[in-house]
Amino acid sequence: MTLAPSTNNVDPLLQDIVGPTPGQQLRRRFFGHRGLMIGASVVAVLLVIALLAPVVAPHDPYAQDLLARMKPPVFLGGTWEHILGTDHLGRDYLSRLIYGARVSLLIGFVAALISGTIGTAMGVAAGYFGGRTDAVVTFLINVRLAMPVVLVALAVVAILGGSLQVVIGVLGLLLWDRFAVVMRASTLQVRGREYVSAAQAIGASTPRILLSEIMPNILNNLIVVITLEMAHAILLEATLSFLGLGVQPPTPSWGLMVSEGKNMMLFEPWLVLIPGAVLFVLVLAINLMGDGLRDVTAPENRS
Amino acid sequence: MLNFILKRLGLAFLVALTVSFISFSLLFLSGDPAIALAGEGATDQDVVAIRELYGFDRPMLVQYASWLVNALSGDFGESYYFKLPVSSLIADRLSVTMLLGLCGISFALLTAVPLGVIAAIRPNSIIDRFALFLSVAGQAMPSFWFGLILIVAFSIKLRWLPPSGTDSWRHFIMPTVVLGYYAMPAIMRLTRAGMLDVLSSDYIRTARAKGASEMRVMFKHALRNAIIPVVSLAAVQMGFMLGGSIVVESIFALHGAGYLAWESISRNDLPTVQALILVFSMFYITFTFLADVLNAWLDPRMRSS
Repeated sequence: MTLAPSTNNVDPLLQDIVGPTPGQQLRRRFFGHRGLMIGASVVAVLLVIALLAPVVAPHDPYAQDLLARMKPPVFLGGTWEHILGTDHLGRDYLSRLIYGARVSLLIGFVAALISGTIGTAMGVAAGYFGGRTDAVVTFLINVRLAMPVVLVALAVVAILGGSLQVVIGVLGLLLWDRFAVVMRASTLQVRGREYVSAAQAIGASTPRILLSEIMPNILNNLIVVITLEMAHAILLEATLSFLGLGVQPPTPSWGLMVSEGKNMMLFEPWLVLIPGAVLFVLVLAINLMGDGLRDVTAPENRS
Repeated sequence: MLNFILKRLGLAFLVALTVSFISFSLLFLSGDPAIALAGEGATDQDVVAIRELYGFDRPMLVQYASWLVNALSGDFGESYYFKLPVSSLIADRLSVTMLLGLCGISFALLTAVPLGVIAAIRPNSIIDRFALFLSVAGQAMPSFWFGLILIVAFSIKLRWLPPSGTDSWRHFIMPTVVLGYYAMPAIMRLTRAGMLDVLSSDYIRTARAKGASEMRVMFKHALRNAIIPVVSLAAVQMGFMLGGSIVVESIFALHGAGYLAWESISRNDLPTVQALILVFSMFYITFTFLADVLNAWLDPRMRSS
């Protein structure tokens, strides 16, 4: 990235000729992309809040207070004691939202990591080796796409029992398809390049070529898919929890909060509106970040 | 062409077979299905009796083979919960889901294609931005939440539409919007990209040069070519949507196959769950197969791949 010399102490006349270094160009594209900046900022803020949950949350998310049930949020005539009000068991809604961010981000991140590992291994193998390997991987992708994700995930969680580990495992084992598709295509593009042929010519081993020639050059696409699949996993976890077959109560999960609020929707619509809105914002921000990363790192955008 | 069709058909068959095996093996995920079925408080004799009654004592592959043979003739066994043949249960419920899927995909196409075309004709216009906003929001919108918001707005506050049930066409409006919105972003983006691509091609320039009217250029020359990939995407999305109808049906209490899936999953009714997974997969496989064939028919270049 920073092969060219730093331009800080160069003659100002020369600076025009040297132009920005590749690193500077990347940074300029990065910080100049509005969607990426908005998305990344929102994700960063939510991540910090999630990490600092015990410090930030005003109350214990599990503490029930049956005398203070379904208090409205401050902007609907509530008190500052419970800024976003309380739920049907008198638990502080804001604190549950904050701890819920932990659940969502953790599940999204770990599930994307698992499915990313599976999908990348399959996609890179298919793209690099071609032939029979490619046929098998393509077949597996087709099988996976043919299975209704929500249905299979629900069924497996129902059989194995809903816990954080099960939900993460099921989503991780189900969501590798996009990784495999994208990594296969990217590897196909890269494997004919000169530097790969050069590595093959000097007798580099296959693992070495895959790890130090292929992987670094398809990493940008991988990062984009990790981001988008993380959003996908977060949405799916919320859906499973909403349907009652994901994370189990009393764990604070946004999908579960919507589900619990659903019965009181008639009188207290904010019980449903708030957690759903936060979920929407998080997924939107991650998607904006992913789309932005794709724009910024796509070679065709480099002039 | 025939060669291509046969090849795709063979592949589709293999995929269906693999999916059937996976959905069958769900039964063994829990360990011993007989213990699960007997429930708590069952004696050892009960478990043994159930094991023999359902044939769980045979090797798994033998059980799979007999299940598959029965399934091929439309017999998916008896539902543990409803005590009815699974196939008749599903057949009863499938029409609602099919209707919902058709409404959903029509809604998605009717909104996404015009928006995509206008967005491509006038890039960066207000409509283009609005379309982009709709698609970005659509990809982040949790469908269960969107459905609940619609119920709060149109059933509780405005009292325009019924919140649940299947009695009239008005019951289908909100589910259609929720399900259709799920497929809309992808269709719109592809229409827009396809139109932009086609509009910069040589034959459009030729059509303009020979003096064809702008309307004729757009609809006769451009849209016809840009719509090909959209049609196959719509078929694939339709397959995804039927699988996703479980969420929409459970929110709006539409008693279709998706609702049945949710009911049977919460009640550990595995024969029904297995059959439903297989049925939804078959829909997806059929739709993608049809999309492939349609594509190859419309665009000879596709046949070689």
